Amino acid sequence: MALSHLAASASRSSSLLKPLSSGLSLRRSISGDNSPLTVETSVPFTSHQCEAPSRSVETNPKELLTFFRDMALMRRMEIAADSLYKAKLIRGFCHLYDGQEAVAVGMEAAITKKDCIITAYRDHCTFVSRGGTLLEVFAELMGRQAGCSKGKGGSMHFYKKDSNFYGGHGIVGAQVPLGCGLAFAQKYSKDETVTFALYGDGAANQGQLFEALNISALWDLPAILVCENNHYGMGTAEWRAAKSPAYYKRGDYVPGLKVDGMDALAVKQACKFAKEHALKNGPIILEMDTYRYHGHSMSDPGSTYRTRDEISGVRQERDPIERIRKLILSHDLATEKELKDVEKEVRKEVDDAIAQAKESPMPEPSELFTNVYAKGLGVESFGADRKEVRATLP
Amino acid sequence: MAAIFQGVGAAAALSSSPSNSFDSKKFVSSPLRKGASFAVVRSDGRVNLNPKGRRAQQLISNAVATKSDSAAASSSSKPGHELLLFEALQEGLEEEMERDLRVCVMGEDVGHYGGSYKVTKGLAKKFGDLRVLDTPIAENSFSGMGIGAAMTGLRPVVEGMNMGFLLLAFNQISNNCGMLHYTSGGQFTIPIVIRGPGGVGRQLGAEHSQRLESYFQSIPGIQMVACSTPYNAKGLMKAAIRSENPVILFEHVLLYNLKERIPDEDYICNLEEAEMVRPGEHVTILTYSRMRYHVMQAAKTLVNKGYDPEVIDIRSLKPFDLYTIGNSVKKTHRVLIVEECMRTGGIGASLIAAITENFNDYLDAPIMCLSSQDVPTPYAGTLEEVTVVQPAQIVTAVEQLCQ
Repeated sequence: MALSHLAASASRSSSLLKPLSSGLSLRRSISGDNSPLTVETSVPFTSHQCEAPSRSVETNPKELLTFFRDMALMRRMEIAADSLYKAKLIRGFCHLYDGQEAVAVGMEAAITKKDCIITAYRDHCTFVSRGGTLLEVFAELMGRQAGCSKGKGGSMHFYKKDSNFYGGHGIVGAQVPLGCGLAFAQKYSKDETVTFALYGDGAANQGQLFEALNISALWDLPAILVCENNHYGMGTAEWRAAKSPAYYKRGDYVPGLKVDGMDALAVKQACKFAKEHALKNGPIILEMDTYRYHGHSMSDPGSTYRTRDEISGVRQERDPIERIRKLILSHDLATEKELKDVEKEVRKEVDDAIAQAKESPMPEPSELFTNVYAKGLGVESFGADRKEVRATLP
Repeated sequence: MAAIFQGVGAAAALSSSPSNSFDSKKFVSSPLRKGASFAVVRSDGRVNLNPKGRRAQQLISNAVATKSDSAAASSSSKPGHELLLFEALQEGLEEEMERDLRVCVMGEDVGHYGGSYKVTKGLAKKFGDLRVLDTPIAENSFSGMGIGAAMTGLRPVVEGMNMGFLLLAFNQISNNCGMLHYTSGGQFTIPIVIRGPGGVGRQLGAEHSQRLESYFQSIPGIQMVACSTPYNAKGLMKAAIRSENPVILFEHVLLYNLKERIPDEDYICNLEEAEMVRPGEHVTILTYSRMRYHVMQAAKTLVNKGYDPEVIDIRSLKPFDLYTIGNSVKKTHRVLIVEECMRTGGIGASLIAAITENFNDYLDAPIMCLSSQDVPTPYAGTLEEVTVVQPAQIVTAVEQLCQ
């Protein structure tokens, strides 16, 4: 990278502000280099039936700056979605992920696009971290053709097959058996990849989760169940819903790890550890201790079951973006102004995407009937006037 | 007045006339090899009078004991081979598993036990534990797992030990299986087959005698087929596995021991096509699964009384084969539906709506529908027999319809 030799130096990087003399890159945004950096996670990991990984995480400036940028993008995207919803451009259900960005970003840093991720309905940011574009997100939220599901899915049904993102599911807990099915397919095809099946603290009480966990443990499937514990299942606090809110221990015979979900580096370390474990020993549960600033969805103010002090307290002390910002500044990887520039840039990107998405048309009426069935093997819904039937086998 | 059908011990072996043969002309253009493409062309409703071909052999209505009648069944000079319906299903499954390595089977006791109805017997030994998977008793999750595996391209065959148990998996089947192709904008196909025995058996009790086709029929995105003979059982099983869409294959507990001679060569049955069992002129009788045999038994009586019923096994429960049905209605102008579903919200109810919408002008009389009573199936044998439609009721209904 053009800027690498500048960023690597521990000395003042004010020269980054001037346009580059080498002229290799005209990007205003900063990018770091790959020189290793070791950071300690905020809290140690707590483990159940396994050895916890070390608190020291290997990273590098480039990765940290990428984390910052990606999380700022996601935060901006979710807030923009909030405004769009209030402007009635987004209808129905809209579940926002702000506050939880570190989970999506940290997980992605530990795995490849060949590993599968499946999550529930709070899927906008996970979709983006898997490679989805902002245009696809906003267009789908507004029900336009340019959306990732052609406007027919909506907020809760984002999918990206080519990067193995399996969605996007509305029914609480139903994605966990699907996720174990993905892990089964990976084992069947001997892919040496893993599946991360994400669910919330509310879904942790679903029976099908334990059924799927039992089967995964029996058949040694490379399934990693990740509980994104934001402490509230819609309006019900975790201690009111679960007799044992130690979700990482609920697997009983399945090992578990409790992770600070607001620390992207801790998430990265845990996911790396989990991937190695799952490939060798079968399923493992990760509990991400995280928090959402918005309510459960846009129709929930989020303040009837928790105090504003609690929300602002978490925002001040544990916000994932602030943590990375402090890290970057303390290691002199970029100036405050540069980081603010990144945020401005990101905001512009989001605004551009929204403008572009608004241009995209609504789906054609004929799209109502497409993709109900897959064509092939003579599968057409016949009317009363078909003359002949021909079925050609593949 | 309802004559109680003496089930056990009174094997009413049906002999079928040549015109009972399958209507569809099915031919194979090349011997079976990977990548071969075959054409299954259905004729326009005429009978296939191929004398060397597949005549419907002695069809037994009582599936508890296999009593095959004398002559035709034991002749070894005819082509093809004779087997029972569950063996036909097993053959279809085995051939598809050999042909495509992505096909796997999941279900309770399908592996080492061999399947509770022996449909998967021997497959675990042959294909191993990763392709024939014994699951714990967790229908919701193993159906979900099958669907998740199908999203990546595997082709699982999920067995419900009894269709009634799949009610526990209704969420997965409705929301994920049926809808994922649509909500993902076409990104994922779900080539899964969900199969199992259902229907009213021999005093199995209310919970084990359910007919789930009526509950599943509204789910958009799935296909439903019901097999009734060894021939179409094997054909539908193979077609269902090869289809890119989720298919629910309904078998019937009492039909597993039907014996028939089926061709040696590879064949499939079209998933959306109905089967012409007996062409006729006076009345169209639409039926499927076990009721086909009650109808054929009633047909014997009707023929003796001078009626000429046209019997169609609709096979495809979703979508309906309105082409075959329509042509038949245009010919006979009278329709009787005989089904094992309950009266309320059953397949017959949907069929009546579909026929009335499309062919109302061709009807000389209102459509009659004989279905099971809207009650939980009782345990007592006499009560259970009255719950389902009996041949005598079918005869009465036809007589009423043809006045």
